[in-house]
Amino acid sequence: MSSPNLNLDKHNQVISSNLLIQADVLGQEESYMKVIVTRFLKHKLAVVGLVTFILIVLMALFAPIIAPHDPYEIGYEFEAKPSMEHPLGTDQIGRDVLSRLIYASRISLAVGIGAVTIYVIIGTILGAIAGYMGKWADMIIMRITDVFMSFPFLMVILVLVSVMGPNLFNIILVLGFLGWPPVARLVRGSVLSLKEMDYIKAGVALGYTAPRILVHHILPNALAPILVNATFGIAFAIITEASLSFLGMGVQPPTASWGNMLTEAQSLTVLAQQPWLWIPPGLFIILAVISINFMGDGLRDAVDPKSFK
Amino acid sequence: MFQYIIRRIAIAIPVLFGVTIFNFLIINLAPGNPVDMFINPNMSEADINARKEALGLNDPLWEQYASWMGNLLQGDFGYSFSTYEPVLNNIADRIGPTILLMGSALIIAYLIAIPIGILSATKQYSFTDYFATTFSFFGISIPNFFLGLGAIYIFAILLPIFPTGGMNTLGSSGGILDTLRHLILPAFVLGTAIAGSMVRYVRSSMLEVLGQDYLRTARAKGLHEFVVNNKHALRNALIPIITIIGLEIPLLIGGAVITEQIFQWPGLGQLTIQSIGSRDYPTLMALNFLAAITVLFSNLFTDIMYSVVDPRIKYN
Repeated sequence: MSSPNLNLDKHNQVISSNLLIQADVLGQEESYMKVIVTRFLKHKLAVVGLVTFILIVLMALFAPIIAPHDPYEIGYEFEAKPSMEHPLGTDQIGRDVLSRLIYASRISLAVGIGAVTIYVIIGTILGAIAGYMGKWADMIIMRITDVFMSFPFLMVILVLVSVMGPNLFNIILVLGFLGWPPVARLVRGSVLSLKEMDYIKAGVALGYTAPRILVHHILPNALAPILVNATFGIAFAIITEASLSFLGMGVQPPTASWGNMLTEAQSLTVLAQQPWLWIPPGLFIILAVISINFMGDGLRDAVDPKSFK
Repeated sequence: MFQYIIRRIAIAIPVLFGVTIFNFLIINLAPGNPVDMFINPNMSEADINARKEALGLNDPLWEQYASWMGNLLQGDFGYSFSTYEPVLNNIADRIGPTILLMGSALIIAYLIAIPIGILSATKQYSFTDYFATTFSFFGISIPNFFLGLGAIYIFAILLPIFPTGGMNTLGSSGGILDTLRHLILPAFVLGTAIAGSMVRYVRSSMLEVLGQDYLRTARAKGLHEFVVNNKHALRNALIPIITIIGLEIPLLIGGAVITEQIFQWPGLGQLTIQSIGSRDYPTLMALNFLAAITVLFSNLFTDIMYSVVDPRIKYN
């Protein structure tokens, strides 16, 4: 897949899980969490990102209270310029742009969180199986991963969504079912390095079942890199949904999405004469995506053992 | 190393096979079919069936796959459902503009990312570094289509320096200069988007090299800092930077689809959107296949290049 691979240093993640083990062994689990939170809070942009993200979540939750008008109500002047009544004007069929903008945050968050939840689950299961079982299971799963990663992400999504029918539910499904390969690789790597550790061997000697060892003893220690990957994944899913909706292959009107609010700007008249229709949704996409990316960056630095002093 | 290359290629073959199956399946599981689009009230059920039969749409799925695969191996991608021309011809017409756009974008991305990445690494934790990192985050966070629309709004509408789209001025005979004028905006939009993620690779690659002992040696023998950074460090840092081209290809293909659509650039990306609109499966399958092959080969190329330039890497 073509998601911008932000996890540049793959070794970090393995080291970080090793470090977690050390913390665990020493019984310092709580203080490790505290260290991470402190380090995250030191990262100024990450904190700004977190605050912005919380504001966007609040905006989505309280959309009916904040929005000045009903986002679907058609009854105002067409293509009205921004005014006191409509701070961002109205669109081609006379709906309030600001209200649509506010409601659209729900779509973006639903796609981001929904898709990432699906692919983290799939990726974790497949990666754990591949890493723990090894041999042919590893071989098959990794080849399937290669196949999935050989497709240019956006092209496949475009085709799949147009085949399944462009709507919110299908976008979440498609993004979820295509996004797992990086997580699978990540989890497999962690499992491979962890399963040689003495405490895991002790677990095997004690006769614990494979699922118990994986779920209780290996995966908790691989959590940090998964969380970092998931954070960047939410940003990527939001930007992909916006791109699809912009191309008309995503969330369909009348439901407002930041992406489909920009579709009309493909016409030069709208682009040139009604900038209030397309600039605000674009800025909101950037705001949401960049705040999540900054959060991810702060989180990555916070769990990176290389910068532990 | 030679053995590694052979093994790496051997692994790529089943992957390639998987790619064709996956590709075939997604497109053929589509509920609608292209004949539906041509149905008019005057056509009888028999006519429709004859049309489907002619296009091979009534055969079982595996037979369709086998015949598609067989033809593919002979370089035959079938006929487009919408233009009735060979798919290969349609692609051949469009591939030039896409390569031109992607190539220029890649060059622009390198020209932006290498200096910024180096500056940011040599002055780690400085204001410049901070600025460069923030720039790269904006690069990956601004959607391609918004950057494109913004570029058209500013540089074609507010300040009419560049045309709003297309590859040549309508009615003109074209010419290199005219194409170049049309190329600048889309190439910059696509290039900046890639530069964002590239800066991070350059920075981390350069940082890794900067920590090496031989640079300390170079400084110890009194070489000027500029020579140390730009000659001794850069050369070694460039190796991984050049090879990341493989990682950027999928991003480039996805970005091209959107950029071409916005700038009405007559390339493969625009063809993709058109084929989706007209349910032109043979063209879509060929485009998807072509894109997947490109990604597969660029990954193969990256892996092989790594083993060639860095013999320390051992593979099992």
